[in-house]
Amino acid sequence: MSKKTIIGASAVAGAVAMALSGATVVATTTGAAAAEKCYGVSLAGDNDCAAGPGTTCAGTSTVDYQGNAWTSVPDGTCLTMDVPGDRKGSLEPLDRDLPA
Amino acid sequence: MQTTVSNREFTTALSDPDTPAPKGIKGPDRKKSAKRFDIYRNNVVVGLIDALGEIFPAVARLVGEQFFRDMARLYIRANPPNSPLLFRYGRSMPDFLATFEPVAHLAYLPDVARIELAWLDAFHAADTSCFSAADLGAVPESELDDLRLTPHPASRIIRSRWAAVSIVSTTRSGASLADIDPTAPEDGLVTRPGYNVQLRRLPPGTATFLQSLIDGARLADAAEAAGRDCTEFDLPLALRAMLEAGAFSQRREEA
Repeated sequence: MSKKTIIGASAVAGAVAMALSGATVVATTTGAAAAEKCYGVSLAGDNDCAAGPGTTCAGTSTVDYQGNAWTSVPDGTCLTMDVPGDRKGSLEPLDRDLPA
Repeated sequence: MQTTVSNREFTTALSDPDTPAPKGIKGPDRKKSAKRFDIYRNNVVVGLIDALGEIFPAVARLVGEQFFRDMARLYIRANPPNSPLLFRYGRSMPDFLATFEPVAHLAYLPDVARIELAWLDAFHAADTSCFSAADLGAVPESELDDLRLTPHPASRIIRSRWAAVSIVSTTRSGASLADIDPTAPEDGLVTRPGYNVQLRRLPPGTATFLQSLIDGARLADAAEAAGRDCTEFDLPLALRAMLEAGAFSQRREEA
């Protein structure tokens, strides 16, 4: 790859072509969002949190496999995730197993 | 006769265990409840310390867990929360660290905290798709010079006089800092393509390039600004970092 400093505007198209020719970039970009929110699969107290660190709701689910608590899981694995008792993970909040 | 407790008296007493419980605080038995108040204020402060520890894990590891908790207690006393939303807490931590004498020898610490705040912002930023390599490839060649992009809501650029980016990523992963020269200046980019926050070091000049684009510059002008700023600026490399990170969400329609 050229190490030349690019100052002129005319060089932009060439640089874009060069950047896009890097196959690794395309692969990383499509693989970037390799996680999904999976509801209803986390054990009590093990949930990630919609509000994230610095809040006190991470780890607040009180029921195993609570339907409205989610965990970040590798992309494409949520719907196939088996939970004991013939339950499945979901990409949307569930109304099963809610705390009383 | 009813005794009222002023907000101010209450909050002052909250963060300082040496202050007596405000007069007028009573338990259900209508007696003064110094012990109950002690438990309450302890919970408040411990909750805030824990929150700071989760917002600034790299800072905590760099100074040591116990030191961090003691320091956090002083920080909380001097900087009580001004929002009921805990995830907004800790904004002034970089400034606090810059003036806190016992960590003066860790000159990079304020920048480490800045990166961790950017990380938190990125975590809470709105979900949206990223401007991808395919999107860039679809822009007609004749329009590339004039291309303007809308920043992804999670994107944050940090320029450090220290190797703060390497220090944060290495410390957060639990690896050793032995191979890092803290005095090498670094630029960093925080993004969140999908749900996971990413932090990466930027190649030379790329921070200027991305900042210009974020400010609304045309692609050609941003490249020129970066080239002027830094002779080592490499546009293809900068574009790759930009696409890989998902720093922008979409093409900005001309205003």
